[in-house]
Amino acid sequence: MKHTINELEDIVSQVRRDIVRMVHGCQSGHPGGSLGCAEFMTALYFETMNHSTDFKMDGKGEDLFFLSNGHISPVFYSVLARAGYFEVSELATFRKLNSRVQGHPTTHEGLPGIRIASGSLGQGMSVAIGAALTKKLNKDHSLVFSLHGDGELQEGQNWEAIMFAPHNKVDNLIATIDYNGQQIDGPTEKVLSLESLQAKFEAFGWHVITSNGNNMEDIVKTLEYAKSLTGKGRPILNLMSTQMGHGVDFMVGSHKWHGTAPNDAQLASALDQNKETLGDY
Amino acid sequence: MKKYTYSEKKDTRSGFGAGLHEAGKKNPDVVALCADLKGSLKMDAFADEFPERFIQIGIAEANMIGIAAGMTIGGKIPFTGTFANFSTGRVYDQIRQSVAYSNKNVKICASHAGLTLGEDGATHQILEDIGLMKMLPGMVVINPCDYNQTKAATIAIAEYEGPVYLRFGRPSIPVFTDPDQKFEIGKAWMVNEGTDVTIIATGHMVWKAIEAGEQLAALGIDAEIINIHTIKPLDEEAILKSLKKTGCVVTCEEHNKFGGLGESVARLLTTELPSPQEFVAVNDSFGESGTPDQLMTKYGLDTINIVEAAQKVIKRKK
Repeated sequence: MKHTINELEDIVSQVRRDIVRMVHGCQSGHPGGSLGCAEFMTALYFETMNHSTDFKMDGKGEDLFFLSNGHISPVFYSVLARAGYFEVSELATFRKLNSRVQGHPTTHEGLPGIRIASGSLGQGMSVAIGAALTKKLNKDHSLVFSLHGDGELQEGQNWEAIMFAPHNKVDNLIATIDYNGQQIDGPTEKVLSLESLQAKFEAFGWHVITSNGNNMEDIVKTLEYAKSLTGKGRPILNLMSTQMGHGVDFMVGSHKWHGTAPNDAQLASALDQNKETLGDY
Repeated sequence: MKKYTYSEKKDTRSGFGAGLHEAGKKNPDVVALCADLKGSLKMDAFADEFPERFIQIGIAEANMIGIAAGMTIGGKIPFTGTFANFSTGRVYDQIRQSVAYSNKNVKICASHAGLTLGEDGATHQILEDIGLMKMLPGMVVINPCDYNQTKAATIAIAEYEGPVYLRFGRPSIPVFTDPDQKFEIGKAWMVNEGTDVTIIATGHMVWKAIEAGEQLAALGIDAEIINIHTIKPLDEEAILKSLKKTGCVVTCEEHNKFGGLGESVARLLTTELPSPQEFVAVNDSFGESGTPDQLMTKYGLDTINIVEAAQKVIKRKK
């Protein structure tokens, strides 16, 4: 391992501080899903992926990551900045005029680390498959990772992509579902239930593994296991249970924090619960 | 009036197929994707010679656009192929976010554009696609006029870096341009120099404009005819130069008059050189079933419509 679990958890603590401060700073954005994916994104960029912060759009020879549920941009931006893709101070410009750190990720402003725009949901699986196909054609044996919301699976394009990947043996792709059971209007099972995602993905021909996304040891181990399953003819689906708002007690498990900014007192409370480890921006 | 003749009729989509095959031979990064319409898009030659670079998506156009966008990451040059309706309207948001806004080097190639799909009717025709695509920032929009020009355009867009919409049709139409032509994106082609009226045409309407020019010549009207194969970016210089000479214009397109080539020309002239203009285009309507010729007549896209529009617009000159 490149880092101990404690070191990774220290990064997560700082990432959580970044997330709540970014959303508080512009009084806009999506803290809930961002907090829930802090361990996963930290594990990916600090432990799992072979990648270079000397950013090149074509990503030849390195592992690639695509964020499909673009609204959890705060966690993506924080992890990219903390990993060294751009200055951490730039996080302060989140959702403000003339910023590269747009509300949803975009290549349009040239922020290093972003390879596709996302925000309009349901498109990331197709993009990740495309990038994985290109790696195969280029005889590039590095991998493609992607992250999707569970509610996002209500978009039909996903199922076109989910059908395509096993049929075409896209076995250099590790897709992760952030399975937190919440979406804007409430619990997913009330808005439009997903039933058994494991059964659905397996029926389409994916190799499905499960993980606890808010347990650093488990998510690191799961991602290593997922890597060992690549190259065997099937795409891999990491069905990752998380809690929306994890790490901030008053946000945990509630869809109300999907897209709500904390006030000053709430920010102070959230920061109290997550110690400063790498220095605030 | 310059004389144009032809010895054969061919479909523009076969020009695309031949151009794609050629582009694939020239550049190993060219890949082709199709949504269960390989035969209709004439992608067989490419698929047969480069099976590993041909990706059958199935009937899933949104997924096709996303996969194409992803394939550019790592250096591939994806050409997507399906009918124009399913290439644009059905997947507008996918093109907007994953291709245009993300500035990906995807070539969206659309067959059966306009009315001339004919008997299948309005669900399989599209008269709004030029407008949809030209409104996307950074998107190049090309509508070539015959087999040879479509082939040349296909080869040219493989060498251009950035998103492109390439529009072509189904029926066989006269082949009258040079087989070895060089295709310059954004550069208008002067078909015939004249002094009385400018006729600006795109796609299948260019041949009809040539026929109209001959009829006008017989009436003593000297028409200048310009083939605008690239609707965006528009060759503004060529259009303004012509209008300074003729003082009036007829625009011709197999498209809704809202949002098409005619509106692009009108926008230019309004700000730079206000001039009388007539639109030969579909008058804000869906299509219907019928033979291509019947539909062109019913929806006002025949040679006679261009002749009448030219006579009308000349009278409005100051």
